[in-house]
This record gives sequence, structure tokens and C-alpha cells, in this order.
Amino acid sequence: MIFQALAAVPGAGSRVIMDTKLKKLADVLQEKFGSSIEEFRDEVHVFLKAEQIVEALILLRDKHEFELLSALTATDYHPQQTPRFHVIYQLSSLAKNLTVQLRVPVNGDQPKVPTATRVYDNANWREREVFDMFGIEFEGHPDPRRILNPEDIVGHPLRKDFPLGYEEPQFTFNYDDIDLKKIYAKE
Amino acid sequence: MGVEQKLGDMGIVTTKLEELVNWSRTNAMWPMLFGLACCAIEMMAAQASHYDMSRFGMELMRASPRQSDLMIVAGRVSRKMAPVVRRLYDQMPEPKWVIAMGDCASCGGVFNNYAILQGVDEIIPVDVYVAGCPPRPEALIHGVVTLYEKVKGDKFKDAVKA
Repeated sequence: MIFQALAAVPGAGSRVIMDTKLKKLADVLQEKFGSSIEEFRDEVHVFLKAEQIVEALILLRDKHEFELLSALTATDYHPQQTPRFHVIYQLSSLAKNLTVQLRVPVNGDQPKVPTATRVYDNANWREREVFDMFGIEFEGHPDPRRILNPEDIVGHPLRKDFPLGYEEPQFTFNYDDIDLKKIYAKE
Repeated sequence: MGVEQKLGDMGIVTTKLEELVNWSRTNAMWPMLFGLACCAIEMMAAQASHYDMSRFGMELMRASPRQSDLMIVAGRVSRKMAPVVRRLYDQMPEPKWVIAMGDCASCGGVFNNYAILQGVDEIIPVDVYVAGCPPRPEALIHGVVTLYEKVKGDKFKDAVKA
């Protein structure tokens, strides 16, 4: 019933118009930065180089009313793809009701991307989280510390080569072996 | 009015001091008011009127570790939370007891990963482990009663070793 009601709302087919708006935007970015565009289920992904990202963010914020950085995250495509990481910037325009995703592919063990904190203030903690979980450094970040994990953790947990699991599960046949290795607090 | 009428004239009751102390400890053991995850919901249910843990002298959840005797670790302890839990334990006055409530607090549960402590017994000594995910209030109350049985068997000479 709910779905039927939604379908009957006039203007529900306005997705076509939104697509043309995004198409225009994608064309602007493609012309200016020579970036490749991917489209997936009405979302537009714009691929940029690391050195272009700050300029692109400023352009979108000032000229195209993308006033909100709604997400800044990353994905690790190791070992299927190189470059293995994509740093993802999800921008929203409340004025135009649009969403666009910028992706910066980076590679290596200590990849570096310029910080977006001077464009969007809320990028601060999000970049710290991406650094914490993926080990991607943001150059020029005002406070480049870990944010979620304890200070003394080794490695970056959301990398695909980070070991899964923490201790060997204890079953009847290996109960005593594992019990010997386990740390128990005395007092 | 109460126990006197039932038992007749009880002018003098003789008992061992040890037993008296242990009895008084078990009948007013105040847990600390804190929960770490979904087990805390069952802990609240155990406190509320249906299960009513005040029957066991636990009507008060103390919001300060300085006033509590029992720490119910209700939920998974993340590695970031571990120093905080240890600090709260250190702030509790002696004598003190710990119940690890649920699978996560007992052994890490389903969270065998970098973020979760594989059992709270890595950082604080645990007296009673309650299994379940989460344990029902009956299970928690059973854990509490089991702890009482343990406390009733405490000996003074074990306590003065320090």
C-alpha cells in the first residue's frame, strides 16, 4: 500500500530531471579536471587525482552550492584493484537536492591525500577516522591522530590485509592449550 | 511483628562472626550503575518490578564506584573502554566482586576481533560468569545467587593475606 501511494505522488518520475542536472555537473568536472565518470543506480562517481581534490571541493562548494560534506570515507579494494584505496567524498547540495560522489584512488603503504579541512570543517574527524582505519595520511591536517582505536594499536584495521579474528576459538579438543596462553587478571 | 513472632523469644542469637559478616555482605550488595551494551537492558529488566533484584538486597544501583560492592560487566568491553573499566574497578572499595554478564564479557562472544577484549577477565578478576546472549534476568539472578554462595563461604584468613 505504501509503495503504491508513493508511486501515485505526482513528480515521482522527476528522477530524469535530477539526472540531467548531475550530467551537467559531471560535464563541468570532466572538462575542468579531465576526470572519468561512473554512474551506478542514479549515483554519479567522479574520479579525481589527489592533487585536484581540494580545488574540486572548493569549486563545488562555491559555484555549485554543495554546502554539505555528508560523508568522507575510504574503501580498500585490495587485492582486486590497483590503486587499492579509494578516498570517497560524498557531497550534498541542500539547495539543489543533489548528491555527488568524488573518488580519489591512491596506492601504496602510506598513501597521502591533501586535507579537506580548509574547505569543510567537518572533514577534520572524518579524515582522522580514515587515517585510523585505513592508514591514509591527510597532508596539512591540523590534528593527525587516531580517533577510534586505542593509541597503541598496531596497523589499520579496515585494510583488507589486516588479520581477521583475534584469538583462536576454544573448543573441547584444544581447551587446555588455549587456556594456558590466555591472560587472566590476578588482582 | 516479624521474625520474632515466628521464631519465639530470641533474646540471644549466637553465630560465628565470619558468618554474620558474610550474611550482611550478601544481603546488601550494591551493584554499580553502568552498562556497556545490550546485556544492560536485561540487567535493567532484572532490576525492575517483574524480576525485582531488591529481593536479594540489590535495590540500589550506585552511580559511584566508591559506594558499590559489585561490578556487573554487562556487555562487550572494547579495547578503548578497557582502561576505563579497570579504573572503575580500582576505585571500588574492598571487598568487591565482579560478575561477567553475557558471552561478550565472559569470553568475547561473537566479537573475535581487534576491537573487543576477549573476556573482561583479561583486565579484572571475575568471580562469576553468566552465559547467554544476552542472559535472561533469571540467569543473571542465578549468577547473583551463585556469587552469594561463594561469598558465604569466604574465610577471614584468606582476606588478610594482603
